[in-house]
Amino acid sequence: MSYVLKLRIWRGDKDGGEVKDYPVEVSEGEVVLDAIHRVQGTQAGDLAVRWNCKAGKCGSCSAEVNGRPRLMCMCRLSDFAEDETITVTPMRTFPVIRDLVTDVSFNYEKAKQLPSAQLGPRDPDGKRRMAQVDVERGQEFRKCIECFLCQDVCHVVRDHEDNKESFAGPRFFLRYAELDMHPLDTHDRRELAQGAAGLGMCNITKCCTEVCPEGIKITDNAIIPMKERVVDKKFDPLVWLGDKIGLRNKDNEGRTEP
Amino acid sequence: MTDMSAANGRHPMTGNELSGEAAGGMERHDYDVVVVGAGGAGLRAAIAAHEAGARTAIVCKSLLGKAHTVMAEGGIAAAMGNRWPEDNWEVHFRDTMRGGKMLNNWRMAQLHAQEAPERVQELEDWGALFDRTDDGLISQRDFGGHKYARLAHVGDRTGLEMIRTLQQRAVALGIDVFMECTVTDVFRDGDKVAGAFAYWRESGRFIVFDAPSVILATGGIGKSFKVTSNSWEYTGDGHALAMRAGASLINMEFVQFHPTGMVWPPSVKGLLVTESVRGDGGILKNSEGKRFMFDYIPEFFRAETADTVEEADAWYDDKKNNRRPPELLPRDEVARAINSEIKAGRGTPHGGIYLDIASRRTPEFIRKRLPSMYHQFKELADVDITAEPMEIGPTCHYVMGGVEVDADTQESAVTGLYAVGECSGGMHGSNRLGGNSLGDLLVFGKRAGEHASTYAASLAGARPRVDEADVRAAQASALAPFEVEGGENPYTIQSDLQQSMNDLVGIIRTRAELEESLDAIEVFKQRAATMVVEGHRQYNPGWHLALDLRNMLIVSECIARAALAREESRGGHTRDDFPGPDPEWGTKNLVVNLNEAGTGVDLHEKPLPEMPEELKGYFA
Repeated sequence: MSYVLKLRIWRGDKDGGEVKDYPVEVSEGEVVLDAIHRVQGTQAGDLAVRWNCKAGKCGSCSAEVNGRPRLMCMCRLSDFAEDETITVTPMRTFPVIRDLVTDVSFNYEKAKQLPSAQLGPRDPDGKRRMAQVDVERGQEFRKCIECFLCQDVCHVVRDHEDNKESFAGPRFFLRYAELDMHPLDTHDRRELAQGAAGLGMCNITKCCTEVCPEGIKITDNAIIPMKERVVDKKFDPLVWLGDKIGLRNKDNEGRTEP
Repeated sequence: MTDMSAANGRHPMTGNELSGEAAGGMERHDYDVVVVGAGGAGLRAAIAAHEAGARTAIVCKSLLGKAHTVMAEGGIAAAMGNRWPEDNWEVHFRDTMRGGKMLNNWRMAQLHAQEAPERVQELEDWGALFDRTDDGLISQRDFGGHKYARLAHVGDRTGLEMIRTLQQRAVALGIDVFMECTVTDVFRDGDKVAGAFAYWRESGRFIVFDAPSVILATGGIGKSFKVTSNSWEYTGDGHALAMRAGASLINMEFVQFHPTGMVWPPSVKGLLVTESVRGDGGILKNSEGKRFMFDYIPEFFRAETADTVEEADAWYDDKKNNRRPPELLPRDEVARAINSEIKAGRGTPHGGIYLDIASRRTPEFIRKRLPSMYHQFKELADVDITAEPMEIGPTCHYVMGGVEVDADTQESAVTGLYAVGECSGGMHGSNRLGGNSLGDLLVFGKRAGEHASTYAASLAGARPRVDEADVRAAQASALAPFEVEGGENPYTIQSDLQQSMNDLVGIIRTRAELEESLDAIEVFKQRAATMVVEGHRQYNPGWHLALDLRNMLIVSECIARAALAREESRGGHTRDDFPGPDPEWGTKNLVVNLNEAGTGVDLHEKPLPEMPEELKGYFA
């Protein structure tokens, strides 16, 4: 049942580091995070790693397993041959703090720049009404557990530090799309998505969709529709004319720019 | 990293100054209200404090949005009446009290039932997308112990929706968040709170918060047990901080073992399987294929529980003419029944029992209503829950006990110290109903935030001051594990403690085992006094665990001591040697304090607050 896994873990900090060998006993049904924890408990008490729920729900234990962005808690050892070496390294797009822990503040900064939901008044009876079919579009995006693997894999920022300033990344395009598709939201964030968030820089290679542990169709259901909505606004001649002659400051769905 | 906000010379995520040039290498911050913890309760409290005008900080052990609330699955109990217009706060209040076997603080149960609907609506105002009824209102689902379908939900990931909504609200309001920052002490000036002491996990550097109001919202204690649905953060920090600051805890003997945790594979043993599976039609069967819950209907709930399969199955569609299925009895009842079946040798191959929804609902229905459960079993256990039953067993899930607080303000016995959510006590009595936790976080989070803010404002210039000697002591205490040589590592001690609590203070308890557990805890304390950590202070999980372990030990002792004292069985406390409830015990709480020497726990009895006559009428 149990065997010794050939596990390699990157150890180091912002000044550099290296992959080290940690052969460790593992057993049936275990995941990469179990192996990491065993190393921590028996061989390297100060091995730095983030984790919380160990159930694929919190998105804390993101790392790269044999070069692929994964949640360590959802990465089963049975998917690898017993004699295969498993190498765990920190997410490459974010600066290392220590060992497998990276500085993901990029994401928290981008979150601050995004105007949140702004609903109109409630119905006279104090409640709100939305159809299930209408909330389901946003619900798919709100499944996001903020593991930031999509941000990690996105080649716009993965190897281009200089793009980070002007590019919010797939996780936040998801959020723009969610708010844009919210049945009762009153703000129009399309200008912002295109401008400040850099939606136009995405050239839909779908890497983000591939690594999403929640299976959210980030590219097809969020980014592409969002790009289309931006284009609709940009090139709608009526909108252009209305803006030009100052007759309208609302788009055709009655929303205002933030 | 881009230097997006490095303009102010601080770390963009944590706000940390890594220069080390501050006096004593220590940061100092001044706030009106410091909230410890960023789950549902902490975030709601911080939002309320901020909106009431207080300068507010949130301090949390993990990144923002990762707290344990994210794991909550089923929903938020609130009598909105969207599915059953007959539902109202009075019915919810009655259900809550009966679920807690009447040991609840009646005033908290009342406030909760009255205010939960508006707290849920508020989440929707802030962008939450709940599942809908056919009329477009917020949908409500069935859960154990609730007379009507009452839980507002989003599939089976309601907690994620709640924490994300609150997180986004807090960010929109611009509230300061200190992420990956652990509070280790609450400072006092005389009998009032003066501030808090914390360390950055990233750098290991210390911070002093000067603040007249501290709100503890640190969650539970589940990590003291081996089989648990709780995350690493659940080490009883708020419970222990409050005790060290001079406050008391109540109801610590009541620990909820959720009936349905995963039992296989070993690495996920204890992981929660939502009660919604049963709320949506799932049933429990033993290895002989028998639907055994009909054999375990207690007298207390007999009048309202179906005693035939036909009636139980008809209830899902017609609640007026049928009684509830026994699978939807409160959690304590179901967990004990499962435990008995397994002990009687009617368990599954991996030592659980079967939870079956595959034979009861269509695959489409299951995937739509229980997407996370489908995903969780598929990914982690290779089980397709639309085609085969799940194997499940009880898992340590929630502590009813916590800081003794005033029902209306959530203030503890220490002026300026508040507690809210799982780390507070009283609301749930001896057993919590599913769905009442998320409501609890919102209702009392808001109350605590407002009252903490009002109190801070009332002080004007006359604020309590942090004593520098206390700061030095807190620092020495935090660094102590680095000073020792030759002792054990904290992981070993933690693992032994978890095994011991699981074996001796678990779901079924006896005097002999509880006494043994207290002896064991004394030995763990001695071992912890000489534990060593390797490495340095920068992001060192071994050191972090060493500090958390102190809290786990004190909280474990509270649980064992109160469990030994209460010689009856009630809710989340079952004594094999005292199998039934005792009316005399039903009139009192057990209160625990840190002893004079600060090395152990003192315990005394206290009469339960008495319910006013007009409320007693609901239980006639």
